[in-house]
Amino acid sequence: MERNQLHRQVALMRKSLFDQWLLQGYLDDQFIQLEELQDDANPNFVEEVVTLFYKDSSRLLVNIDQALEKKPLDFTKLDGYMHQFKGSSSSIGAKKVKAECTQFHDYCRAGNAEG
Amino acid sequence: MVVGTGASGSMAADGVEERKQMSALIVDDNSVIQKIHKVIMTKLGFETQVVDNGKMAVDLHTSGCSFDVILMDMEMPVMNGIEATKELRAMGVETMIVGVTACSLESEKQAFKEAGLNECFVKPLNMEEAKSLVKKLNKEDN
Repeated sequence: MERNQLHRQVALMRKSLFDQWLLQGYLDDQFIQLEELQDDANPNFVEEVVTLFYKDSSRLLVNIDQALEKKPLDFTKLDGYMHQFKGSSSSIGAKKVKAECTQFHDYCRAGNAEG
Repeated sequence: MVVGTGASGSMAADGVEERKQMSALIVDDNSVIQKIHKVIMTKLGFETQVVDNGKMAVDLHTSGCSFDVILMDMEMPVMNGIEATKELRAMGVETMIVGVTACSLESEKQAFKEAGLNECFVKPLNMEEAKSLVKKLNKEDN
């Protein structure tokens, strides 16, 4: 019983956090689309997608960190990781993250051009 | 919502035409996208299969599998969406192939379309876009 209550409470907290992020422009319409996909057949869909996103992102950020230590920088590899990160971010509607990824991509292209 | 291929339907005893469930192959290396596309297609009544790259999609077809629609990501390791689409078309696969890409560059989308896509969308696919695909599929069978 207690576990269920805790679960419900966490779900409520998450919802208000995401609502805040939506209002502040951190999340965009895509997130609303995800919420609309949640139903009785997929009751924890949003939570599952966000969890997957966090796992994916953590792994990618570790890869990016390691790649940034290498000399010289492998811009192609970095760009590849960023592309993945951008794909995941846009699929949960993480608008600002996606914008930063695009900026990073531009830097990588410039970096490659400088050789 | 009933979704099915009219051509392969048959009349059941009570006179109601039986419709075969349609199948969708999701080809993407991103687990977040895989999950979203799987849920969307399942909601629309499709049986779904998910693979991580273009080579696995091609191998499935080589082994005799077929689908009603393929959702193909562009950038994947081992074999990307452009190469996989070209291979499938060269093999004679006429299934509707829908490209989904995070890339917004027109030139890259064009190259993807020229590989043999029927449609190309920015990922992730949304419900409206998926429903438009179902409409197209149902039209093709009638």
